[in-house]
Amino acid sequence: MSEMTQTAAKPRIERSATASRTYAIFLIIGLVALILAPMFFYPIFLMKLLCFALFACAFNLLLGYTGLLSFGHATFFGGAAYFTAHVVKEWGFPPELGILTGVVGAALLGLIMGFFAIRRQGIYFAMITLALSQMFFFFCLQAKFTEGEDGIQSVPRGHLFGFIDLSGSTNMYYFVLAVFLIGMVIIWRFINSPFGMILRSIRENEPRAISLGYSVARYKLGAFVMSAALAGLAGGLKALVFQFATLTDVAWQMSGEVILMTLLGGIGTLIGPIFGAGLVVTLQNYLATSQFPVTIVTGVIFMVCVLVFRRGIIGEFYASRLGRKLGFEHRR
Amino acid sequence: MTMIFGIPLQAFLGQLLIGLINGSFYALLSLGLAVIFGLLRVINFAHGAQYMLGAFAAMLMLEYFGINYWVALILGPIVVGLFGAVIERTMLSRLYNLDPLYGLLFTFGLALAIEGTFRYLYGAAGQPYSVPAQLAGGTNLGFMFLPIYRGWVVVVSLVACIGTWLLIEKTKLGAYLRAATENPVLVQAFGVNVPVLLTLTYGLGAALAAFAGVLAAPIYQVSPLMGSNIIIVVFAVVVVGGMGSIMGAILTGYMLGIAEGLTKVFYPEASNIVIFVIMAIVLLLRPAGLFGRDA
Repeated sequence: MSEMTQTAAKPRIERSATASRTYAIFLIIGLVALILAPMFFYPIFLMKLLCFALFACAFNLLLGYTGLLSFGHATFFGGAAYFTAHVVKEWGFPPELGILTGVVGAALLGLIMGFFAIRRQGIYFAMITLALSQMFFFFCLQAKFTEGEDGIQSVPRGHLFGFIDLSGSTNMYYFVLAVFLIGMVIIWRFINSPFGMILRSIRENEPRAISLGYSVARYKLGAFVMSAALAGLAGGLKALVFQFATLTDVAWQMSGEVILMTLLGGIGTLIGPIFGAGLVVTLQNYLATSQFPVTIVTGVIFMVCVLVFRRGIIGEFYASRLGRKLGFEHRR
Repeated sequence: MTMIFGIPLQAFLGQLLIGLINGSFYALLSLGLAVIFGLLRVINFAHGAQYMLGAFAAMLMLEYFGINYWVALILGPIVVGLFGAVIERTMLSRLYNLDPLYGLLFTFGLALAIEGTFRYLYGAAGQPYSVPAQLAGGTNLGFMFLPIYRGWVVVVSLVACIGTWLLIEKTKLGAYLRAATENPVLVQAFGVNVPVLLTLTYGLGAALAAFAGVLAAPIYQVSPLMGSNIIIVVFAVVVVGGMGSIMGAILTGYMLGIAEGLTKVFYPEASNIVIFVIMAIVLLLRPAGLFGRDA
């Protein structure tokens, strides 16, 4: 028995070695592309893309690695955008402290929402997060500091650490890129930590994780707060990039968008959501100039993805012949 | 003037009536959600869109074919129910063996597509649909003024709710439905065509939503956004009630509608979040929901 598992396990180790080599090559290509990108593309577009990519990866931490579908992530993204915009504009915080405020605020919101939502599972979890985030939407609609329908406008980008001027788009782009990479490293470390392994075991078989003595509720809450904080990082960053925070960021459509990005890119893959976000943002930019409404396209893509494309782009690639040859395997 | 808790009685009863009407719609919609969920294990996110379709069906039938309210009240739900049945047959039925979350995501996409299409065709602004002549005007009950149409909505939605409950609890078809909820494989083995039953159920749920939509058309403006506004509240209603029982869904709908109406009297600022607050409290005290069986 043990001999069999050993022989079975051996080629898998080799495969994953190929995979990590391929990963390293792709990583270098990706980094170079991101560093050179502002020469070829409009920087604001790239920054928007990076913000949403980070947001989608943060969301995927919960759906892909813990198996919890949150329909309320707009609360953390948009909430952090409001917090950052407010402290930077009204209290004169520097950008790094402003974003930190956004992250802490989003984590607190995540703690509150998670506390209620983890009491139910599956579909109910999705409905509870949706309802609570709608409640936060109404709060933002009525609260004074969000400035209602107008939102917080003309937020200054300020000077990073007091001496790097972020008002130029080149400086801002590399700042956004740096934050994005830090966020990705945190996510990567998180899902490969013992904590992340336990989250995956909860995703695969919750009763078994409970019977092994893990306090599942606490792990779920931890994952929820972590995901919320990272979504807040993306939201705070977005507020500085566009220099405003509005109700759009906290509306339920935003929660839907991030689900679509993750689904399209590949649920449970580290880099899938980046591609998903890239596609969705590109599509939105493209359709913004035409009369055709984005919602119809978004809805149809949703339906098609769920019906025939559940692995998403990266998941399909991993499961394809080429992907397997390169040493990937598609779990889930 | 008579006062109750420091509020004029007129205003109090007026808000109570509005609460009762909102509650009627919550009850009708959460009932449909519960029926669909019971058998298909799918949370129908498109329920709000189907409600909106019902209202639009009434309006468009009047505009293009001169079909009046009474016929639309029957024809609208039939059209939307057929549409739902086609969707179930061709697409939704492929998702039954998967995680129920995919059903939620699929119907979410469907809702976006429908809503987007109607926004594209008719704009985001609401359009009026007049109250049928037979139900126009109001009557003075002595202690308050009651618009007849509103009274009609409360009565007819109550009838529809009880009718659906009777259909499921007391008829042979309902018995098949309940049996298929418990054990679809066994029911199929007894010669009942379960796939057709599933299609029928989804069609019935969609028709119920559309029925609510036609009823709502003269009260609220007919707008592409009316569905997504209400569906999130109905989700909270469903979490509070638990989807285990049909009667539970109906009762919770009315209760929360009235709670919302009363909040408008005493603390208007909180009126659009009160249902969510109640949901949070119920989650703390009774996570399975007031009438819930499943945890």
